[in-house]
Amino acid sequence: MNQSNTPSHASIFTAIVRRDVSLAWSQGGGSLLALGFFLIAVSLFPFGVGPAPQVLARIAPGVIWVVALLAAVISLDRLYQADFEDGSLDDLMVSPLGTLGIVTAKVLAHWLSTTLPLALLAPALAVLVNLPDGAYGTLFISLIIGTPALSLIGSVGAALTVAVRRGGVLMLLLILPLYVPTLIFGVGAVDAVISLTDPMPHLALLGATTLVATVVGLLASAAALKLAME
Amino acid sequence: MAEFFDMGGYALYVWTAYGVSAAALVWLAVSTRKQLKESAEAVESARARRKGRV
Amino acid sequence: MHRFANPAQFNRLADVILPWAIGAMVLLFGAGLYYAFWASPPDYQQGESVRVMYIHVPAAWLAMFTYMVTAAASFTALVWRHPLALLAGKAAAPAGAVFTALALLTGMLWGKPMWGTFWVWDGRLTSVLVLFFLYLGYMALWQAIDDEEKAGRAASILALVGVVNIPIIKFSVDWWSTLHQPASVIRLDGPTIDGSMLTPLLLMAGAYQAYFVVVFLWRMKLEINRRKLSVARQAMMHAPVGAE
Repeated sequence: MNQSNTPSHASIFTAIVRRDVSLAWSQGGGSLLALGFFLIAVSLFPFGVGPAPQVLARIAPGVIWVVALLAAVISLDRLYQADFEDGSLDDLMVSPLGTLGIVTAKVLAHWLSTTLPLALLAPALAVLVNLPDGAYGTLFISLIIGTPALSLIGSVGAALTVAVRRGGVLMLLLILPLYVPTLIFGVGAVDAVISLTDPMPHLALLGATTLVATVVGLLASAAALKLAME
Repeated sequence: MAEFFDMGGYALYVWTAYGVSAAALVWLAVSTRKQLKESAEAVESARARRKGRV
Repeated sequence: MHRFANPAQFNRLADVILPWAIGAMVLLFGAGLYYAFWASPPDYQQGESVRVMYIHVPAAWLAMFTYMVTAAASFTALVWRHPLALLAGKAAAPAGAVFTALALLTGMLWGKPMWGTFWVWDGRLTSVLVLFFLYLGYMALWQAIDDEEKAGRAASILALVGVVNIPIIKFSVDWWSTLHQPASVIRLDGPTIDGSMLTPLLLMAGAYQAYFVVVFLWRMKLEINRRKLSVARQAMMHAPVGAE
């Protein structure tokens, strides 16, 4: 606020994050839909595999992780597309933040508004699928570490398909294979705790995946957006 | 000879593996070849048409 | 770098290489198959089923090699805007997808008698399956965007992101202890595989490599023709009325 005419980079950044978060939670935004999908899809599993507690306990970490991942991915198709269609992406990209700054802000906003709430809701839903008692903490931590990767990798797919008409399914095809390492290490950590072994190696690998996704995801998203705006 | 085709009891797996591989590789090569020929002809006729017009 | 940017020059070069590559492919397949079936012993543990290795391992190697070709072409296309590099990636990808599918299928057919199951969800199998999906995504992205140039560059970005998967494939058998056997040919302390099996393996790998060169060059010529046609079509559409 020191210069009234030229807002600082930080203030533009926070303004974009705020705007995106509030849009995601406003009417028609994707966050509530993603959370609703998460809730409903998880509660379908007891109908599918039967209510036997041991069976549910065995598949609980995988169910939570897979459904969280799908919930994240269905919220992604509007990440850039809404701004692309109404032209505001053009304005954003010529701002002093640059494409990489915009991408970072939007991915951060997506994480805060959508994938982080999934992680917060997960322990509650884990009750529905009878997650063993000692595993709640690790499930939560693994989701906190892993969900940024979901937003980051998803951002690449969303940016690559931003100009594709009805690109939603194509985006799924591009993103889901890249989610595999996150899923493996995330579920691995929870399974390790359940089988009374050390979850740390899995969490470390999960963290490494998120770090790699940060670098690769932001750079690739920025490149893809620039390409789409040409 | 029968012994050779029997593959020590693994005939089904060995011959399916080789069969599928051969089929896929031949299919890719032949379809590529066919598309290449068609595209070359299309390029030729486009060129001829353009020449004919000038 | 830009010496081969001229399609005519590339086509001439391809026409010089192709007869040799086809010859090498025929000879290597002949020799490789002879060794694979007649001049190599059955494995003392795996019996005759080991003969699947001679098509499984080359397919897996070429699946990764082709991905690296696609990725290198993508990098060249994005950084230097090399006009033929985009087409090189597009030309290589179908072959890569076929190699990957064959590596998976032959692996399953080898796994069933050896492990008792067609499929296990271990690191190696999973990461090769991901590789297959990456090929599909790459080709789908090419299809999805109308502007060829943009489609190619978007697909190239995806190809580069997917490179992360290659070291995962390579090291997955060391990181996860699984049913899949560790590397026995390409390792620092030399191959641990017996010479009588190494010969057919390397011959078949050479045959697959030559096959790739042949199909790749054909597809490059095909893509160049397609590009010529689309340029001609565009020129026709934009030609002023009455120009005929």
